[in-house]
Amino acid sequence: MSLPLSSWGQYPPEPQAAHPCVWRNGLDEQLRRVTDGHGSTLPFGNGRSYGDSCLAGSGHVLHLRPLSRFIEANWQTGEICAEAGVTLGEVLQLAVPRGWFLQVTPGTRHVTLGGALANDVHGKNHHCRGTFAHSVLRFGLHRSVQPSMVCSPTENPQWFAATIGGLGLTGIISWVSIRLRKIQSSRIETTRVRFSRLSEFFSLSAELDPLHEYSVAWIDCLATGPALGRGVITLGAHCESGTLEVPAAQAMNVPVRLPVSLVSPLMVRIFNRCYWHMQPTSRKTQTIAYSPFFYPLDGIEHWNRIYGRKGFQQFQCVLPQAVAQDVLAELLNVIARSGMGSFLAVLKRCGDIASPGLLSFPMPGTSLALDFPQNRVLSNTLLPRLDAIVHEVGGRLYPAKDAHMSARDFQRAYPAWEQLEAMRDPALMSRFWRRVTQ
Amino acid sequence: MKKILIVGATSTIANACARLWAGEGSEFFLVARDKQKLQQTCADLQARGASAVVPYTMDANDDIVLHRAMLERCLETLHCVDICLIAYGTLPDQSACEQDVELAMTEFANNGSTVIALLTSVANLMAAQHSGTLAVISSVAGDRGRPSNYVYGSAKAAVSSFCEGLRPRLFKLGVHVITIKPGFVDTPMTQGLALPAFLVAQPQAVARRIVAGIERKVAVLYVPAFWALIMFSIRALPQSLFKRLNL
Repeated sequence: MSLPLSSWGQYPPEPQAAHPCVWRNGLDEQLRRVTDGHGSTLPFGNGRSYGDSCLAGSGHVLHLRPLSRFIEANWQTGEICAEAGVTLGEVLQLAVPRGWFLQVTPGTRHVTLGGALANDVHGKNHHCRGTFAHSVLRFGLHRSVQPSMVCSPTENPQWFAATIGGLGLTGIISWVSIRLRKIQSSRIETTRVRFSRLSEFFSLSAELDPLHEYSVAWIDCLATGPALGRGVITLGAHCESGTLEVPAAQAMNVPVRLPVSLVSPLMVRIFNRCYWHMQPTSRKTQTIAYSPFFYPLDGIEHWNRIYGRKGFQQFQCVLPQAVAQDVLAELLNVIARSGMGSFLAVLKRCGDIASPGLLSFPMPGTSLALDFPQNRVLSNTLLPRLDAIVHEVGGRLYPAKDAHMSARDFQRAYPAWEQLEAMRDPALMSRFWRRVTQ
Repeated sequence: MKKILIVGATSTIANACARLWAGEGSEFFLVARDKQKLQQTCADLQARGASAVVPYTMDANDDIVLHRAMLERCLETLHCVDICLIAYGTLPDQSACEQDVELAMTEFANNGSTVIALLTSVANLMAAQHSGTLAVISSVAGDRGRPSNYVYGSAKAAVSSFCEGLRPRLFKLGVHVITIKPGFVDTPMTQGLALPAFLVAQPQAVARRIVAGIERKVAVLYVPAFWALIMFSIRALPQSLFKRLNL
């Protein structure tokens, strides 16, 4: 039997019945069988989407994580081809000792190749490398209504564009071929700089982003007044020389879902204040292993369980560059006043490299991401206010993280949605898509 | 670098073990009945670092005469076998077996007698080379016949008992025999069953324990370990109670 699956935020609480896919050649038949039995379905990778974009409208998902074989790895050219359920962590496990790394990686290595493609994920180097789509050479797509096909920028390009960031709705991605990048060392030379107000973040980011491949900032979302938007910016680049090692797996785990959330406003206030004061006041450079740099949260397995039975929501928006600073200040003010704090508050400048994907999230500007424990105040008061601010200035929310955005906001922010709807496989439907296309 | 023979190489548990060994650069001779699945498995292990992977298509249940040709081919390829993992099997529909003698016998053969046939041949091969580990995936179901799956259970019991006897024989010749007894594992085999979630183990965790158990030369390995306790309790139930239960 397979255990029921849920999204990473565990909200909305809609456990999904899993139909595991183990062999590529069985995919078409399995898609037909589940659709016949339950009306529609949805591919599900490793459950790292936060909201309801990975939940099937029917409650029955095709579980692609077990489909996790490598098909070919060429360590001369750095091209690897693997089934859609292979995770980025599994790719790194093989690639790093051989001197290769992902061109683009999100903040967790537990996403699958299929999931990374379907959500067109981005990382700390968006300002210089764009989204995950830029490392994708081609992939296999299985649709219920036509024979399976290979998609690349030159083969079936319309399906290539629709499937990138297509939230798994255009068909089942069976395998993905990506190009890796060469590295000389598995360690990262990282610099941290503390900043005491929001404007400083923008000047630091403007000065330092062009000099470093990776850049991301943490902010204390509860600081107010002159300290509004204080935080720390972390920059990094692959070391030019050194050893190639995969760090040992994480040691910590949250073994069970807690009955109530550990994240309370007071806890966050104390944590944020201590954390900010612990940061170096002057620029501090050190070299660290790649995993704590890219994947600090992967160090605690099942960290989402600290949010208790009700789960949590992530609010991630991107704001157009021209208005980013003022609007961020406004968003942070609203959040600080609400008292609903977040440990994780990530600020990241997005670059202007456009993705080939129809529904790709990033745009030139600044992205803000925060995790809030789920409760009524969040759903009824805070999120609608934040949404209204983002909506007004032409920003948008990230479908991969979303469990709440309105159909109106979505359709305005992603005008290509109708194209995707027209290309959607009739056998596939997510709770997210049903919500935002009505 | 180990030289490894796996029969039933496309099974989820065997595959998860093979991935761990592939990471160490092992050399494989893989046997399975489905050619396409076997090829996909080979490509995967190759990419994961296996130094060589040779596929061999054979249905171990078809004819036990085929076993010998397979083993000859395996020896030609690997020259010696450090680990032989026998991992094939099917989970029969117990109630169908109760009504259909032929089905019951086929299932018994699939999980019991053909495994014993194969073990006999492999045992002699390894005895001749005076080294190696012979690992067999039996099941906790073999520890006591239970009304819910006694056809499968009795076939696995036959395998477990056979290994109990084979172990001391081969020990004197430098060959180790390990009986692996998994509980419920999240694989296609258990797909149709409604099982309590906390009892279902993930194949990766199961594989880590099996690979470590083979390394440590354990005799009988329950996977996960808590099944030793569960099966001890089930074996300890008195007949007067046991026959009234539907375990």
